[in-house]
Amino acid sequence: MNKFMSIFRRESAVIPVVSIIIGLLLGALIMLIGGYDPLLAYDSLITKIFGTSYDIGEALRSIVPLVMCGLAVAIAFRAGLFNIGVDGQIIMGSLGALIVGTKLSLPPLLHALVAVVFGAILGGLWGALIGYIKAKRGINEVITSILFNFIALYLSHYFIRTFMPQAGTQRSAMIQESASIQIGWLSQLMGGARIHWGFLLTILAVIFYHIYLNRTKWGYELRAVGLNPDAAEYSGMKVPNVLVRTMFISGVFGGLVGTFEVLGVFKYIAINSVTSGLGFDGIAVALLGGNTALGVLLAGTLIGALTYGSQGMSFGAEVPGEIIRMVIGFIIFFVAAPGIVRLFFRPLTNKMKKKV
Amino acid sequence: MDIISNLINGTLVFSTAFIFAALGGLISERSGVINIGLEGFMVSGAFFSAVIAYYAESAGLGGLSPWLGVIGAFVFSAVFSSIHAIATIGFKANQVVSGVVVNILAASSTFFLVKLIFEGSAESPLLTTVFHKFRIPFLSDIPFIGNAFFNNYPTTYIAIGFVILIYFIIYKTSTGLRLRAVGEHPGAADTVGVKVNRMRYMAVILSGSIAALGGATIVLTSNGNFAFNTISGQGYIALAAVIFGKWNPVGAMLASLFFGLAQAVKDQLQIFEFAARIPNEFFYMLPYVLTMLVLIGAVGKARAPKALGEPYEVGKR
Repeated sequence: MNKFMSIFRRESAVIPVVSIIIGLLLGALIMLIGGYDPLLAYDSLITKIFGTSYDIGEALRSIVPLVMCGLAVAIAFRAGLFNIGVDGQIIMGSLGALIVGTKLSLPPLLHALVAVVFGAILGGLWGALIGYIKAKRGINEVITSILFNFIALYLSHYFIRTFMPQAGTQRSAMIQESASIQIGWLSQLMGGARIHWGFLLTILAVIFYHIYLNRTKWGYELRAVGLNPDAAEYSGMKVPNVLVRTMFISGVFGGLVGTFEVLGVFKYIAINSVTSGLGFDGIAVALLGGNTALGVLLAGTLIGALTYGSQGMSFGAEVPGEIIRMVIGFIIFFVAAPGIVRLFFRPLTNKMKKKV
Repeated sequence: MDIISNLINGTLVFSTAFIFAALGGLISERSGVINIGLEGFMVSGAFFSAVIAYYAESAGLGGLSPWLGVIGAFVFSAVFSSIHAIATIGFKANQVVSGVVVNILAASSTFFLVKLIFEGSAESPLLTTVFHKFRIPFLSDIPFIGNAFFNNYPTTYIAIGFVILIYFIIYKTSTGLRLRAVGEHPGAADTVGVKVNRMRYMAVILSGSIAALGGATIVLTSNGNFAFNTISGQGYIALAAVIFGKWNPVGAMLASLFFGLAQAVKDQLQIFEFAARIPNEFFYMLPYVLTMLVLIGAVGKARAPKALGEPYEVGKR
C-alpha cells in the first residue's frame, strides 16, 4: 500500500496534477472577471463529456487524433527533431485514404484496410522526405516541415477539386461505404457517436511506441541520436538513416490520423483555407506527456476531453470555449515550469513533513 | 519593366510582416532563448492593433488611429513575451514548451477577448482608417525605382529601418556584443560582468514587441480587422526566416524578402494569359515550393547561437 501511495507523492505525478488544478482555478478566475459563472461552466463541461453514451463516444473520438499526433511529435522529439509538420502529414494521410476510398472498388474489409495503409504510407513518406532533406542537405526540419504543411494543403485542394469534387460544395466526394472504418454496432449502441477502429489502432500505436523506443535496437539508436548525434555517429550508428526512419514513423502516426478522420468520422475532406491545427495540439500533448507512451496517452486524453467538453461550456453556460484553450495553455505552462508550482505547494509539503 | 517594378513593390509589401517577426525571433535567439512563440506574438500584435485602432477611430482620431494601433501592439504584446521570459529565464522552463504555451495562450485569450469586447462576435469590426501607401516626394517620381521602392506602406519603411538599427546594435555597440556573448557563452559573459539573465529578459521581452509589429502590419495594411485566421502560419514562416537568414538581421530580412518575392511572383504571374490554364492551387503553392527549392540549392549549414536553448546556471561548465 505504501509503495502504491508513494507513486502519487513522486514529483513527476504531483506536478501535473497540481498544474491541472491550478490551471482550472485560473480558468475559473478569468471567467469570474469576464462575468461568467465558472461553476455552471465546469458543470456543463463535465456533463458534455460524460452526460450521455453519445458524448462519451464523441469525446473518445476527439481524444484519438490528439494521442496519435502526440506520438508523432514525441517520437521525433526523442530523436532530437522538432516536427511541426504533423498537420501536413495528416493531410497526406487523409488524401491517400480519400483516393482509395472513392476511386477503388474492393470488398468491404479489404477496401478499408487498403485505404488506411495507403494513407499511412503517404503520410509516412511525406514525413520521411523532411528527414531525408535534413539528413542530406542539413536543412533544419522546422523550416521544411512548416513549408511542407502549406504544400500538402494546396496539393490536397488540387487533387480534391480535380479528381474527387462534390459539385457545388467546398468539400470532396464521399468515400464508398466499403471503405468505412466505423464500428457500426458500437456506434448504434452509443447513440450514433462516430466510433471507429482507429481507436484500437491508437492503443496499439501507444504500445508500439513504448516497445519500439525502449526494447528495440532501432529505438536505442533513435534515443542515442536524440541525446547526442555526434556521439551516435562516432559509435557507428548511421544518423541519416535514423533521421529518415524516425520521420517516417512520425509521418505514419500523422497519416493515420488523416485516415481516421476521413474513413471513420467525416467520410469526406472539407476544403479549408488553413490546416487542421491538430499537429500543433500534438506538440502540446507530447510536451505535457514528457514524450513517453503513457504520458502522451494521458495528456492526449486530458486535452481531448477538455476540448470536446468546451463545446458544452459554450452551449450550456454561454462561456466561450477559448477559456478551455487558455486552461490547457496554463496547465502546460506549469508542467514546463515546475518551479512555479513548487512555489504554490512548498508551504503545503513542509506541513506534511512536519506531521510525519 | 512595369511588371518588374510592381514585383519589387509587391515583394516589399508581402515581406514586411515577416521582417518584423523574424527580427523579433532573432533578438531572442541571439540571447540564447529559443522563440517558437513568434506566431503567438503576431496574433497578439494583430489583436491589439485592431482593437486599439478601432477605438481610436471611434474616438475620432482619424489618421492617428493606425499609429496608435502600432504603438499599442508594440507595448501590450510585451505581456506575452514577459510570460515567455519569466518561464524560460526565471524558472528555466523548456524553451520550446514555453513558446508553444505562448502560442496557445495568445490565440485563446485574444479570441476570448474579442468575443467579450464585441459581444460574441468572432472578429473585430472592419477598420475604416488603415495605412495607405505613402509616396516619398521626389524619390517616388524616379522611373522604375520610384514605384518599386518609394511608394510603399509606412510599416515597410519602419521595418527596413529596424533591420538597419538592429544590425547596428548587434554588431557595432557594446550592448550588442553583450547580447551575442550571452547567447554564445553565458559563462564567459558572466565572468566579465555581463548580467546574463537581465540581458536575456530584455531581449526576450523586446522580441515579442517587435514580432507583434508583424501582426499589426497585417491588420493595418491588408486585412483591416482581427479574426481567428488573420495570422495563420506567418509566425512559423518568420521562424524559418530566422534560421534561413542564419541569425543575422540582414540575412533574416533577405530570407523574408525572398518569401515575399515568391508571394508577389504568384500575384504577378496571374496577370498573364497562360496562367489561366494553370490551376489556382499551384499558384498558392508556389511561394513554399520556391523557398524549398532555394533552400535545397543553397549551400552551407546554418549555425545557431551556441547556448541556444540552455538556461544559464551559475557555476555550470
